[in-house]
Amino acid sequence: MKFGVVVFPGSNCDKDLIWAVERATGSPAVELWHKDTDLKGCDFIFIPGGFSYGDYLRSGAIAKLSPIMGAIKEFADKGGYVMGICNGFQILCESGLLPGVLLRNNSMQFICENVYLKAENNCLLTRGLNKEEALKIPIAHGEGRYFIDEAGLNELKQNDQILFRYSNEKGEISEDSNPNGSLENIAGVCNKSKNVFGMMPHPERAADAVLFNEDGMKIIKSILLEEVNA
Amino acid sequence: MQVTVETAKELGILPEEFDKIKEVLGRTPNFTELSIYSVMWSEHCSYKNSIVWLKTLPKDSDRMLAKAGEENAGLVDIGDGLACCFKIESHNHPSAIEPYQGAATGVGGINRDIFSMGARPIAQLNSLRFGKLESDRTKWLMRGVVKGIGDYGNAFGIPTVGGEVYFEDCYHTNNLVNAMSVGIVEVGKTVSASADGPGNPVYIFGAATGKDGIHGAAFASKDISEDSHEDLPSVQVGDPFWEKLILEASMEIIATGAVIGMQDMGAAGITCSTAEMSAKSQTGMEIHLDRVPMRQPDLKDWEILLSESQERMLVILEKGREKEIENILEKWDLTFAQIGTVTDSGRVQYYMHGELCADIPAESLVLGGGAPVYHREYREPAYFKEIEKFDANAIEVPSDLKAVAKKMVKLPNIASKRWIYRQYDSMVGTINQGTNRPSDASLVKIRDTERSIAMSVDCNSRFVYANPEVGCAIAVSEAARNIVCTGAEPVAVTNCLNFGNPYNPEVYYQFVGSIKGMKTACVALNTPVTGGNVSFYNQSTIDGTAVFPTPTIGMVGILEKPNHQMTLNFKNEGDVILLVGPVTDDIASSQYLVNWHGVQKSPAPYFDMDIERRVQQAILKAIRSGLVESAHDISEGGLLVNLLESGFTFGKGFEISTPSGIRKDAFLFGEGQSRVVLTCKATYAEALKIQFEEKGLDVMEIGAVQGTTAIVDGEIFGEINDYREDYDTLIEKAMA
Repeated sequence: MKFGVVVFPGSNCDKDLIWAVERATGSPAVELWHKDTDLKGCDFIFIPGGFSYGDYLRSGAIAKLSPIMGAIKEFADKGGYVMGICNGFQILCESGLLPGVLLRNNSMQFICENVYLKAENNCLLTRGLNKEEALKIPIAHGEGRYFIDEAGLNELKQNDQILFRYSNEKGEISEDSNPNGSLENIAGVCNKSKNVFGMMPHPERAADAVLFNEDGMKIIKSILLEEVNA
Repeated sequence: MQVTVETAKELGILPEEFDKIKEVLGRTPNFTELSIYSVMWSEHCSYKNSIVWLKTLPKDSDRMLAKAGEENAGLVDIGDGLACCFKIESHNHPSAIEPYQGAATGVGGINRDIFSMGARPIAQLNSLRFGKLESDRTKWLMRGVVKGIGDYGNAFGIPTVGGEVYFEDCYHTNNLVNAMSVGIVEVGKTVSASADGPGNPVYIFGAATGKDGIHGAAFASKDISEDSHEDLPSVQVGDPFWEKLILEASMEIIATGAVIGMQDMGAAGITCSTAEMSAKSQTGMEIHLDRVPMRQPDLKDWEILLSESQERMLVILEKGREKEIENILEKWDLTFAQIGTVTDSGRVQYYMHGELCADIPAESLVLGGGAPVYHREYREPAYFKEIEKFDANAIEVPSDLKAVAKKMVKLPNIASKRWIYRQYDSMVGTINQGTNRPSDASLVKIRDTERSIAMSVDCNSRFVYANPEVGCAIAVSEAARNIVCTGAEPVAVTNCLNFGNPYNPEVYYQFVGSIKGMKTACVALNTPVTGGNVSFYNQSTIDGTAVFPTPTIGMVGILEKPNHQMTLNFKNEGDVILLVGPVTDDIASSQYLVNWHGVQKSPAPYFDMDIERRVQQAILKAIRSGLVESAHDISEGGLLVNLLESGFTFGKGFEISTPSGIRKDAFLFGEGQSRVVLTCKATYAEALKIQFEEKGLDVMEIGAVQGTTAIVDGEIFGEINDYREDYDTLIEKAMA
């Protein structure tokens, strides 16, 4: 699988993601510049965290209008794999490629800390994960409170689109383990056809033995299941 | 407009300085020229009242690649063909009247100092000081400062990995905001702030120039008063997105090899960068101010010269390669313009619409050139007499030491700073090794090498107030001790010297003493000073008090091998707890003495430079021998707080016994220096003790890691998790 990572001028997790993907696959990931429309033959495109164009207006509101996002929309509509992390998730929601919105954290503060996640559905991103295990993954965002209306939430559940929920260390999901006030502790979702994924926590920040936490690598490796087994 | 000595005074220029300007120019300066001198000869840019003493600090070691004052920031060889570039800087005055922008632009400025040298910033730290936690002003300041640092640093995308925060009444009006940045560059690929080669084009790039921050340097060179809010336009406004763009563009431009020199525009904007670069290369510049990209029409020449609009860079290019560089700037959608050329006139000549509006010898403006240098008088402060009166024997040992312990973890200076650091992105860049393995110093991995860099910012200013010389030596020593307890070797220092008004001889005495103490410690620990920043006038005419003398030390160290990394938390049930270093009856200037007994004035605590050095060497050796499970230095709150902190991570308790013949309160809560708590497997305890005994150092087995309770001399002091809850939430509750 060939991986691409979008680079907006204000992206700041692009390199982290490239390094993590390269550690997982052993082959280089491709940078995709925001002003371009060429996806360079990638099979899986990451939209990284950061502050795309400063995000002074609303996170992702300008990024959705960028040339690269036009190409990514077309790619996703044809079934191509796209995953947004943090700011990337915000951009995908703004672009309408994922359902729901990301609001200011209920504390009204930026929060950076390790949290725990439980994988829920069974798609490309979560199929390789132990659903009983709480994964330790960092968050770092000011606007990460996932929200969707009731009809939308029902649809998410019916179609099995919930990727992750915030839990505590033991895997218990409750208000106490909800870092930002997200609806029903939702930390990540995918689209109906399960080729577009978004999550607020940063798996690429927990994917290196020198940082003493590789839980995020399990998520990246889930994407690569066939290749790892092959 | 007729320029007179009165005009000079209004711009903060002394009459004798005005005479000197006339002598240099051979005529009376015009208003624009006078404005240029007013900022370049301000305390902030010229270091006129500090440079005599700064020059006495040690600058040399075999790792030093750029000495203090030679470049925008210090440069230290860290092996593997890499250098570490680091510096700390204050943004106190703007933060005192507009905390959000004041702190944000402080972060922006210090990072530009690093990347204008060609180094990519990899980590940020900060040192913050406020008044009483309970006061409304403190809460307003703290919310603004923390959000300012967070919003700027988080968007810029460099992790904030460490810092320190103190609350003392003396910082009520004059809070302190010191920001440090650390970057990495390949040896030999740094860029100098020079303007060589007459004929080479001078470019400005980054944000457009507006009216913000005019006379900011002058504002930073006077006391805070009731009228300071009128200086609000002197506070700059930051934009981290622009900063990110100029970072990336600068890195790409430098990589072309077409850059002759580069400097960021901080204090005194275009004036300072053009004058300093010209003076450094003994060239000159012809600058056309009307070509500077502007945010609004009709800016006056002196406004363009003095504007401190943020996120701007000045770069000198090799003639003929302009197009190549312009393509990069266009790629990053940056505003840019060629505003002039390098000349061989030795003068900075500023034109507006073709008309010469200022013409000054560059050398006359800068530190090390014609800028004034003053020897200030100093005398021992009157309050020293009160300190001398302190008699520890008159302080009774409390009968309920458990109650003291419970209070200690709830003191703002000791309690967790989680409310603050949770708002900073500490993990972007995926190099922070402290997130999951906390240590006394911050630790970041250098990619593609075995090494890591350890960093610490430290200054217990109460000790410096009590005895400037000893207190500052302690600040250096504590920074080094934190680095040693992380398993790394301390290598160099940057300093941020925050003091009151230098024209007050008692304040200047504190400054001189601090420099002497810093020199002693930096020589003893072989950590030369690579540079830094002086911030005087941290006092207000409102209540007439100066801040505690606060020479904040930023130190970096090198962790040679991954397995040297040491953490501060207790690991295993039954591990033996060793106390290394001198055990004394000292309670002086401790948080315990101040907060339990209410004694504000007492001497600096026990400190012996030679013992400190030997303890550090022995601790580092012990850690590298592989026998140590945890290491944590004793600082604010003393031994008991140290043990509790080590227990918090995994909820581990301890049982210790106190030695006879020592005041029990001093043993548990005293802040005598040069002490470190180690834990080790019981089977290694003897071998480890011998390592210290052989070097003639005190080492005492005081107990063991055990259960989930704190036990002292058989008395149950409480559950670790209860202490942790109080410790973690004190500031959060106050800020809620």
